[in-house]
Amino acid sequence: MEMRFGKYGGQYVPEVLIPSLKELEKAYKEYKDDPEFKEELDYYLKNYAGRETPLYFAENLTKKIGGAKIYLKREDLLLGGAHKINNSIGQALLAKKMGKTRLIAETGAGEHGLSSAMVGALFKMKTRIYMGAIDVERQKLNVYKMKLHGAEVYPVESGSKTLKDAINEALRDWVETFEDTYYLIGSVVGPYPYPSIVRDFQSVIGKEAKKQILDIEGKLPECIVACVGGGSNSIGIFNEFKNDKEVKLIGVEAAGEGLDTEKHAAALLKGKEGILHGMLSYFLQDEDGQIRPTHSISAGLDYPGVGPEHAYLKDMGAVEYAGITDEEALNAFLELSKTEGIIPALESSHALAHAMKIAKEMDSDEIIIVNLSGRGDKDLDTVMNYVKF
Amino acid sequence: MDKKLVSFIVAGDPNPEATLKFMKALSKHSDIIELGIPFSDPMADGETIQMADIRALNNGMKVSKVFDIIREFRKYSSTPIVVMTYYNPVFNMGLERFLKELKESGGNGLIVVDLPVEDSEEYLSHCKKYGIDTIFLAAPNTSEDRIKKIDNASSMFIYLVSLYGTTGVRGEVSNLAIDFLKRTKKLCKNPVYVGFGISKKEHAKRFIENGADGVVVGSAYVKIIEEYGDSEETIKKLEEKARKLKEGILEGSK
Repeated sequence: MEMRFGKYGGQYVPEVLIPSLKELEKAYKEYKDDPEFKEELDYYLKNYAGRETPLYFAENLTKKIGGAKIYLKREDLLLGGAHKINNSIGQALLAKKMGKTRLIAETGAGEHGLSSAMVGALFKMKTRIYMGAIDVERQKLNVYKMKLHGAEVYPVESGSKTLKDAINEALRDWVETFEDTYYLIGSVVGPYPYPSIVRDFQSVIGKEAKKQILDIEGKLPECIVACVGGGSNSIGIFNEFKNDKEVKLIGVEAAGEGLDTEKHAAALLKGKEGILHGMLSYFLQDEDGQIRPTHSISAGLDYPGVGPEHAYLKDMGAVEYAGITDEEALNAFLELSKTEGIIPALESSHALAHAMKIAKEMDSDEIIIVNLSGRGDKDLDTVMNYVKF
Repeated sequence: MDKKLVSFIVAGDPNPEATLKFMKALSKHSDIIELGIPFSDPMADGETIQMADIRALNNGMKVSKVFDIIREFRKYSSTPIVVMTYYNPVFNMGLERFLKELKESGGNGLIVVDLPVEDSEEYLSHCKKYGIDTIFLAAPNTSEDRIKKIDNASSMFIYLVSLYGTTGVRGEVSNLAIDFLKRTKKLCKNPVYVGFGISKKEHAKRFIENGADGVVVGSAYVKIIEEYGDSEETIKKLEEKARKLKEGILEGSK
């Protein structure tokens, strides 16, 4: 486990949280390779969440676009409708081993909030979800689901009232409650050891995808595309392919209304180095180091920073990063819904849109895997504002 | 040694001119003025200081203006000034440039809430180079080992966080806080000041009686500013608050 990825990462938190992070690090090191823990994790991933997920050849879409074969890693089929459950099960099991009785989590789109509420119910832990007041409004269905599972949803009214403020508020809670409370971070962000823990629990995506593509096609893909907000689904699928030089890894950030406007959430493409939420990474900020408000059509990508490992992978040139606008994402959302009968999450639609762009330029014997990190049911309210039938 | 009162307000709340007036009022009874740089994401702060940060930022507060306020204050007073900040505004400006400007404006010390002592090597050597004192925080769950490290890294005082939580006014002083204070006092060569949740004369007195070398008060002042804004009333009430707290410190020192 790494405290830093190059210079990125670290543990930039108030002193009171240091002992809790050390406790977490110790527990995770103790259990991560423990056969019994792994067995339990695998059991719930398979029988509760629904792993493994299929690697589906999107033949209609491929034909329509003309070019590389597009495969979809179907994380949208998991319980709750997104990859977030992989990490929530893992961390909740860890929390139980640590003797914690209460879970707190932050959420943007509500997917991580939902998966945390689900594991809270499953493992009988009191659960509170911090969610920006604006996100509570635009993700009503997920809020309702969280409450069905018995979680308390706490609307955060401070700052920009979105994901970053939900993280601030969850940290403020944890500062007071760390003795019995586990902070279940939903992405590869935050202070060490969170970026490593979340990556490890999400790396099941890439492990499966690699085996599956070798089984189906007998070779590795030319390209893997995944969306990047905090960066957990992308790290999850990239991690297993990091050393395969022939596989091009592409992370897609939310370009919102355009990268040349102020209204986007592309921390890697347009941000600069900074320190927030316990980590040194890239952040969208003004000339005075104040964190800037962000915009994306998808609440899950609406975050001014990015996980420290992504910052490192970008600097190393190991992953290429691109931006997709709201409009492009929306078009991809509609295209997949129509051609394949699959409604993708608006987050994943960013990855899909980029894949559709590059597939055209590639040969028909080449392969792209898109991480379809979530399904789009939660986004229908948003999409209905743009598209009328 | 005389026991100290450290009075904290947020720079630029609600505007830089008002901050200067508030500092002058507070300095009549305070030994150190602590000036907070407002930040968009103050995760260690409770609602009172969060709102102060927002007021300041909405009124166009900038890091450079913090230095202007200090420079202006120095024309009237030699009361030491400690700046409290999150790391990002410093990191963004560049550590050396920040320290140089802080020193030139007349600032004396620096607290970076989210810079852990493990990552402070470069920070410490630059602070030393520019003659800026360092203050690190310790919490009731900080191990003895770490308290010693924090003591070694600090050059003005150690800032004890008296409770598990964010900044903000609280009811009573807890036994946890007193135990922690006594424990830390034995380990540290630096003076030990206590903060977080201190708003009344009685709180100050209790900590001083139990061995604290100083107390830090913030939210209690910021609440006055929140209620009365940029007015004569605020100035009067801030001065009165500081006077009472100092009284508590003197009573506790007897």
